[in-house]
Amino acid sequence: MRRAHLQGLKFLLAAMVFLSAAAGAQEKPPAVKTIRGATPIPESNPADTYRMERHDRVIPRNHTWQPPIIPHNVKGYQITRNVNTCMVCHSRKAAPQSGATPVGKSHYLDRDGRQTPNISTRRYFCLQCHVPQYDAEPLVGNTFQGPAGKGKP
Amino acid sequence: MSEGGEKKGLIGRANAWLMRIGPVTAAGLFAAGIIFWGGFNWSFELTNTERFCISCHEMSENVFREYRHTVHYTNRSGVRATCPDCHVPKEWGPKIVRKIQASNELWHKLLGSVDTPEKFQAKRIRLAENEWARMKANDSQECRNCHHYEYMDFAEQGRRAVNTHSKAFAKGETCIDCHKGIAHQMPPIEQEIGAPKTAAMN
Repeated sequence: MRRAHLQGLKFLLAAMVFLSAAAGAQEKPPAVKTIRGATPIPESNPADTYRMERHDRVIPRNHTWQPPIIPHNVKGYQITRNVNTCMVCHSRKAAPQSGATPVGKSHYLDRDGRQTPNISTRRYFCLQCHVPQYDAEPLVGNTFQGPAGKGKP
Repeated sequence: MSEGGEKKGLIGRANAWLMRIGPVTAAGLFAAGIIFWGGFNWSFELTNTERFCISCHEMSENVFREYRHTVHYTNRSGVRATCPDCHVPKEWGPKIVRKIQASNELWHKLLGSVDTPEKFQAKRIRLAENEWARMKANDSQECRNCHHYEYMDFAEQGRRAVNTHSKAFAKGETCIDCHKGIAHQMPPIEQEIGAPKTAAMN
């Protein structure tokens, strides 16, 4: 009885080894191309290092209403309760001397469309809409063509 | 005229004094001088280190934390400007003057004038203006210890930097006129954005 039991176990083990080998042979790389590769879900791929690009010239807009892109490095620029470093050059007062693009008229409207004497509070965090550029390739390709017109070269 | 001191002059008198005290005492005095000056200078320079500065929580929890995110703390080549490089003059005279002024800071340490972040924030504008005035008065000497504008290669600078630098140098402006808040957070500045700031400077 005991021997038969052992024999059964041996058979079972052999079957498992055989089956798993067969499964291994059948396994193919997944057809879906993933960006994360073989990295397990709980882990993260190490990020590459990117640097902010310095164009120092206005980057043309791709579509109407696009917030202009920041063509320079903004590393270390403080946007705090006390100060907004962007305003040092981009405020309406400073722009004529600095040569920077002045803040748009739309930024002087509150959410109800009323004129505000200062730039509206809801426009305080410039980088929510205006973004600097990095030397990174897009992760996913894109064939978007903006309409010709304003801001296009 | 006797054969007294005034005929021999200063060197003669010094010689006579040396003979009187004996060469062993003289050598001892010389050694004591080295030890005293060396010790003074050593302890003096000890107060000119980043480690000393951030041994007070007033510094380590406010200004040092802010500074850690800036280019003078970490950058691509690893060359650093530590607290005393910007805040203590390198020349002996101005350094002593600054150190004597710093005794007032010891007093305020005892008083606890900026011993919480809130107190520090409230005083920030005054502290910053003091330091800006000091740098304005010495033509930003501590910046220029490393950043000599005579040796700046404008071809290596960005277009914005070249324009601004050449205009500012021509006007006789100094580094701190524009480069405020490069190593620490700024005090409130009124910039016509958002709600009006109370206690702000223009």
